[in-house]
Amino acid sequence: MKAAASLADLDTFAELGSVGSGQPLGVLDGIPIAVKDNFNTAGIETTCASNMLKGYISPYNATVVQKLLDQGAVLLGKTNLDEFAMGSGSTDGVFGPVRNPWSYSRQYKEKYVPKSFSEDGESNWVITGGSSGGSAAAVSSFTCFAALGSDTGGSTRNPAAHCGVVGLKPTYGLISRHGLIPLVNSMDVPGILTRCVDDAAVVLGSLAGHDPKDSTTIQDNFKPFELPDLPDVSKLSIGIPKEYQAPGLSSEILALWSKAADLFKHAGAKVTEVSLPHTRYSIVCYHVLCTAEVASNMARFDGLEYGHRSDMNKSTESMYAATRREGFNDVVRGRILSGNYFLLKQNYENYFIKAQKVRRLIANDFLKVFRSGVDILLTPTTLSDAVPYIEFLKEDNRTRSAQDDILTQAANMAGLPAINVPAALSERGLPIGLQFIGRSFQEKQLLTVAKWFEKQVKFPMIQLEEVKRHNHDVFQHQRSASFS
Amino acid sequence: MAGHRCIELVPQAVTVEVLDHLEQLALVDFRDAEGVERLRKAIQFADQLHEVNTDGVEPMDSVLEDRCLYLREDDVTEGNCANELLKNAREKVEEYFVAPPGNIPLPKLEERETFLKGS
Repeated sequence: MKAAASLADLDTFAELGSVGSGQPLGVLDGIPIAVKDNFNTAGIETTCASNMLKGYISPYNATVVQKLLDQGAVLLGKTNLDEFAMGSGSTDGVFGPVRNPWSYSRQYKEKYVPKSFSEDGESNWVITGGSSGGSAAAVSSFTCFAALGSDTGGSTRNPAAHCGVVGLKPTYGLISRHGLIPLVNSMDVPGILTRCVDDAAVVLGSLAGHDPKDSTTIQDNFKPFELPDLPDVSKLSIGIPKEYQAPGLSSEILALWSKAADLFKHAGAKVTEVSLPHTRYSIVCYHVLCTAEVASNMARFDGLEYGHRSDMNKSTESMYAATRREGFNDVVRGRILSGNYFLLKQNYENYFIKAQKVRRLIANDFLKVFRSGVDILLTPTTLSDAVPYIEFLKEDNRTRSAQDDILTQAANMAGLPAINVPAALSERGLPIGLQFIGRSFQEKQLLTVAKWFEKQVKFPMIQLEEVKRHNHDVFQHQRSASFS
Repeated sequence: MAGHRCIELVPQAVTVEVLDHLEQLALVDFRDAEGVERLRKAIQFADQLHEVNTDGVEPMDSVLEDRCLYLREDDVTEGNCANELLKNAREKVEEYFVAPPGNIPLPKLEERETFLKGS
């Protein structure tokens, strides 16, 4: 499925696990995990799915990777993504697109194309969303229990929604970014993809906390937590931001969203409509800040110290230019050029500073709502379920990202924790997720609400034809499943 | 080079000079008319920001602006890894990264395409 960008070689595999030592290393001992290929892994290639970094071997582990290994996790492989995590489909990487495992599920095959579906699903397979599509696919297809993604504008939550898994974007500053190849420094956070909310809490517990190597991690002590078995939401105030009823939101997601609100109401929670008036401009603001920071971050790739280097040898400048022409795809080059445009002396105030001001308005919208007593916001994660790859290609990357990040990037602008929880299957038999957004550093409350919701909806397990034959009983048992 | 061929596609503000300047700064090229069109659309999209009234609003650099960020002591804590770092460089001599001759600016716009040919 091209979910994996590279496989950890077996020697490393044996070294990393505690195989044979007899002593468990930590809570993740022996647990198979996957890591998005924009986190540095010592001795294992890190490519960002770009020609620019093909063959690049980092001399060190990203802090989050090191923490997982310290807890005994076993790294199965590095996962595919959009080149440099710039995209929302996992279709724009140099290794090719990631296929959504649900394309091969009984649920999708039965509901969407009962007769004409060709055996290999060549024309009907759907995208994973992105940019952490490989990680979402790996978790969704039972390849691993947990995977690291990254989330700048929704890159963990979007593929989580499309692949029917839990995707947590923690508060900015809670988890170290050291060794995560940066996209937008002021918004990037490592993301966590798992099959259930409890697992996300366990992984969060292993990752969170101050890192001297990342000055933007906060120094407060983080206490790992377990979630209550019977979460109580009756004293909570849930806000439904009306602006998230965005143009293009599918009617079935809208219906699911309101059904979810009713669930909370019936459980005794206070559910109110709230307003985040600047939401409409958030994606525009994101676009300017993102490209500006990308332009700056991508300046490091010059061919001299690491990564691809062109054969062009006439001058340093021409070698730089040729290296970057050969190394970056159209999307990356386009964002670098736009970003440089917004940062030009004559445009700086008009675009970059302007966007930073709008960013404050967006962050303030959230502050106001939370100050008014709302604990958690409930929104859709995506506008629709996953589209077939051939459909997805019809729009360009910028247009796609503007549509696909629309419901997710505002949480990044404000630095807030947010989580996708799989909620139901669409009419086409594909996963739909809903998003909860919490207060800064209130991950426990956010995950508690998410777990309660997860228990209510009983999202159906993916029924992969291959797996089903072997685990028939398990699937029979889990089949209960329908939200509606 | 794309610039002069597709100038009619770009808004007033984006002149050939600006395109040229951007390519020099970014060290990536627009490659073709599509690349220039992509910039035009990106600017048009960004222009929606001007509908928002931001009078008296301070720009926001970081969501952690109210916190004191960690600065470690200015001591050397690691190092002696020159060999390891040099492993990822394609061209080096002893402990040096090797660059082609410097101080040669990129050629003028119209000559650039032939110059970069083959890359």
